[in-house]
This record gives sequence, structure tokens and C-alpha cells, in this order.
Amino acid sequence: MPADPTVWDQSSVTCVVPPVQPRKLAKVPFVELADGRLQGVVSSGSDIARVYVSSIAAGSHDFNCSTNNNRPCGGLYGSLCKHLRSLVDEAVVQYGAERVARYLRVEGAETVASGADLAARLGGQQESQPAAVVFSRFLRHLGYLELPVTTAPLAEMHWFPGTVR
Amino acid sequence: MLGMQLNDLVGGLPDGLAEALELVDGFDDALSHGFGRVGEQRAAAIAALAGAVAATPLGDRVAEAAAKVPAGSVSGEHLTALAAARSALLGAAHDALLTRLDESLGRTRSPSGPPATGDSSVPGNLLVGCRSWLYELAITGWRGVGHDLAAAGDQAIEAVLAEPGARRLAVLLDGLAAELRDSSPVSTMERLPLRRWADLWTRATLLAEPGWPGSGEGAETVSGRLLPLGADVHEHGTAVQVQVHAVLEPAGGGTSRLVRVSVAAGKVDTITGPAVWGLFQAYPVLLATLAKHLAAEIDGMPLLPGGDLVWQEEKATAAELTDPFATARVLLAGAVAGETPPLDRHPARVAEPVLVEGYKAAKAGGGVTLTLDGATLPFATGRLPGCGPLTPELLAASTACVGLLRWDAGGWLLQPLAVQATVKKKPVAAHNGDWALGTTDPKAAKALAKTGDPVGVLRERAGRLLRK
Repeated sequence: MPADPTVWDQSSVTCVVPPVQPRKLAKVPFVELADGRLQGVVSSGSDIARVYVSSIAAGSHDFNCSTNNNRPCGGLYGSLCKHLRSLVDEAVVQYGAERVARYLRVEGAETVASGADLAARLGGQQESQPAAVVFSRFLRHLGYLELPVTTAPLAEMHWFPGTVR
Repeated sequence: MLGMQLNDLVGGLPDGLAEALELVDGFDDALSHGFGRVGEQRAAAIAALAGAVAATPLGDRVAEAAAKVPAGSVSGEHLTALAAARSALLGAAHDALLTRLDESLGRTRSPSGPPATGDSSVPGNLLVGCRSWLYELAITGWRGVGHDLAAAGDQAIEAVLAEPGARRLAVLLDGLAAELRDSSPVSTMERLPLRRWADLWTRATLLAEPGWPGSGEGAETVSGRLLPLGADVHEHGTAVQVQVHAVLEPAGGGTSRLVRVSVAAGKVDTITGPAVWGLFQAYPVLLATLAKHLAAEIDGMPLLPGGDLVWQEEKATAAELTDPFATARVLLAGAVAGETPPLDRHPARVAEPVLVEGYKAAKAGGGVTLTLDGATLPFATGRLPGCGPLTPELLAASTACVGLLRWDAGGWLLQPLAVQATVKKKPVAAHNGDWALGTTDPKAAKALAKTGDPVGVLRERAGRLLRK
């Protein structure tokens, strides 16, 4: 990216998407800000083969949490369950509190200090949301790791410089 | 690279470059507003672009396309013709810049012979899906892109990702789609990355045409000793490529060749920083040449006309210890470079290895700039990979650099691959590939330990959930 902001629009390698921060993936392998929701997948603490699909809608802050087979999460009692709290915490690590809060349209997004702070500022109530869509996005996400490594040169990657330090 | 050479390089722009870029700007502006409703002024800019290529084999087709622009009735074929015109202009800009660079450095290139022919045999219907999204984007214009249009290419991209012969198109479209998704609705953005998005759109539109040669076309088989200069790392959310620049001493003597070795993997956005090296574990010899600064003996590997060595791990063995700075000092000036394939030519693709030493570096206006014999050259601080040890601070303390000469946004830059610096009165050297077999820096190791092994965690999840 050029240091001179006046040539920003004439650069071929302008950084458009801010890079995400690395985080521990064991508990919450997937978090994204997409389809108007903060959504993701949280691994069950007790059953290694089970995952929960958790989501919070931007604007209304309505939330839901269920297994990928659409069984409702037992921890939802009109407020955020532990999966949703983990989802918020990890989203804050990955994207930064302000970016998550802004996406969810939380008032005073720039003053949100932490995941717990953000969770406390969410109104909203439980509303059923499509777990299957999020889960299939997660599977697609995992699919990238199945792509074969290639040693044929990909010239187009010159437009994508490494993460900026 | 001597001070005199640097002075010569940065002393002025090649003739005609500014005019060519102005025509490109005209196209890029039209693309941001969309070809569905082009005003008089923008239509004139497209006519000017057509005028610039009138005398070329593209002339008739582009003129026909430009004639349809004022009425807003361009078809897909017309858009492809306009993309070709833009690409031809930037290809000429690439040639002018590289000629100047070669003259300054005294670098020679082996002519690549006739362009490769053949067909990569990507199924046509996959390309049709990609083209129709690209055409829709161009008709709408960036300023009209919202969440729905940004995501409208997802199915086509998913299909093309699964096709090994279309990897270049797939990683490009995937990168562009992610940027559009993140920027939606684009109308709320203060400024648009006009050149960048037009570049990505143009390349994708051309790559989505049928009849591209397969990636192995025109290769020769080479053997010899490979001496790495350094690693260039390219990364977006779902792809990473490491490109190792090296000098190849052919077995049995002969002129040394300047080559690149590439290895690329799919990934996800949360695999970033030093963790990306974990994706290349199937290439221990290549990684060892980087992390341990070793030469490699290679035996019978394909070398493409552009200078790309297609790495085959089983045909390589790690050899003796080498110092990339010594390789650059002794061999770089006499090595013969490859000639970029015609369709790949673009200023952003210029990445020529050089050694610059004996300079003074200093932080300047948010970046770092070096001064040598009165000439100044900014470091490409936007190209310091998160998977390596180079930092702006280290650049500011450096006195020697093996790097790639780049050209972007109107000027030359030096992208460091390795630097020698003085830190706390002690000489240090740092290379982009130093952490290829694991971080050697305690601070980075600690950060990595905190996040665990993201590749391992996701592979475990994939193994359990994906194949049900």
C-alpha cells in the first residue's frame, strides 16, 4: 500500500479487507460477520462430534443457538447461552470489538471494550434462525483446507501482498 | 544494485507511461459507475481507450465495443474486448518499466519463444458462470454493488475452486468477492480502490475466457544447484502462495538462471501469521532451503518459459549451507532472467530481485525509505509478511537488502526479502523465510503457542464433520 494517501485509488495493491487476528480455534472454530449476522460454530464441551450453530442478528440483536441438527441449545433461557458468549468473545479477538459492534449496529460501537461488554449491550430475544445455512458455510470454510497444494505459479496472487505487520 | 543504477531507475518515468495510465484511469472510472449507464464524458474515455489500441489486432473488436458504450448496450463479448484493451495498455506499461529496469541493472532476459498454445480444458460451463457474475458487476459498476451482488458469484466461485486447472481464476475471484462482500454496500465507501478492483476484474474476465494454455506448456527440463535469494509471500483470506526467488546454476555449467519456485495452498482467514507455514508440510526440502539457508540440488524439474520452476519435492535434495546475500552479491548480476508470458504482463507483476547495500534507511511519513548516492527508494512496507521476522523497525535499521523491485501507484518500491541490519550495535540478518520450519523468535513463538495449532484444529474438525 502506498504511504501517500493521495494515490490510494491508483494502487494495484491497496489493502481493502483488514486482516483478522489469529486466535485459538479449539472452542470456536468458525466465526464470521456475514448475511447480516454475527454467526459461527462452537464445539460442544462434552461431545467431540457435536457442534452448536450460534448467531446474532445485526440491528435487532435477536439470537439463536442450536445443534447443527437443529436441536435447540439447552442453555438458552431468554438470554445468551455460553456458546453465544464464546462466539462474541472470539469474534472480538478475531475482528476487534469495534468492528463487531459496528456490524451488529450496537450504539456507541467505538466504546465497546470487550466481548462481555458487547454481550451486555445486546438487546434482542431468541428467534429461530437457519442453522443449516451457517453450518454449510462452515463446511465450505473447512473445504478450503482440502484444496490440493499446487506448485504451479499463481500470477494473480501478486495482487495480494502478505498480511501487513 | 549500485547508486548509479538506482539513480538511473528512479530518475524519470518511461515515455508514454503517464498517458497510458490516464487512459486506464478513464476505464476504471467508467467501471466504478457501471457500463449500464455511461455518461458522455465516460463514453469519451472509453473511446479514447479504443483509440489507443486501434492499430493493434484488438482494434476492430474494441472499437465495436466502445461504440456500444454510450447507449449502455454492451454485451459480455464487448466487455471482454474492453478488458483486453485495458490489459494490453498495462502490458505495454509493464514492458516499458521492465525495459528501463533491465537497462539500469544491465539485466538480460532469455526470449520465451512463441506463446504457449493448447487448452487447459476447464469445463466451459464453469467459466460461463464466472463470466456472467463479472459482466453483471461491470454493468452495475462498483458503486452499485451491495450484499446480494457481492455474493452472487459464490456458486460459480465454489465450482471453479474445485477445478484444479482453474486455480488462478478461482483464487482471484475468491479474493475479489471477499473484498466486495466486506465493502458492501460500496456506495457508503468514502473512496474506492479504483485501480485495484479494475485490475482484478480485468484479469478475471480474461482468465474466464476459454482456451488458456495449460500451466505446463512450453516447459524445458532443468537440473542443477538452486541457490535461494528469498521468499515473497502472497496472501488473502482463503489462499497463500510462497514464491522463492533463486539462482539456478545449471548442471554441466552454462549461464546461471534467475528462477522462481511457487507453492500455494487454500486456507481460511484465521490461519494467518507464522501458522501459514504449517500448510506446506509436504515440502520439507523447500522449507529447509528457506529456514536453514540451504542450497538444493534439483534433478529434472520443469522450468516454464517465464522463469517459473515447477517444484517437485521428490526431485530435490537439500544441499550445503548458503548465504542469500552472498548469492546475490556473486551471482545475481550475471544471471539471466525469464521473460514474463505476454498475458501476465502488468506493472503489478514486476518483481525483480536485486541486492541494495551501503544505504541509509530512515522512517519517513509512515513508511521507511532508503537513500543511496542521493537517490531515494521507499520500502514496500505493505508487503512485509506476517509469517516472517521483517518489521518496519528492522528496515529502518538496515544497511543491506535482498529485495524485489516493484512498481505501484506511480513509483518504484523495494520489497524486502531479507535485510542485514545493526540492532543494539550488533549485526543481524533476517529473512522472510526464516520461520518456515517454526518461529525462531521467542515473542512470535509465544504468540503462536497461545493460539495453538489452527491448521491442526480445523483439519480435525474437517475430518469429523466434512465427510459425514
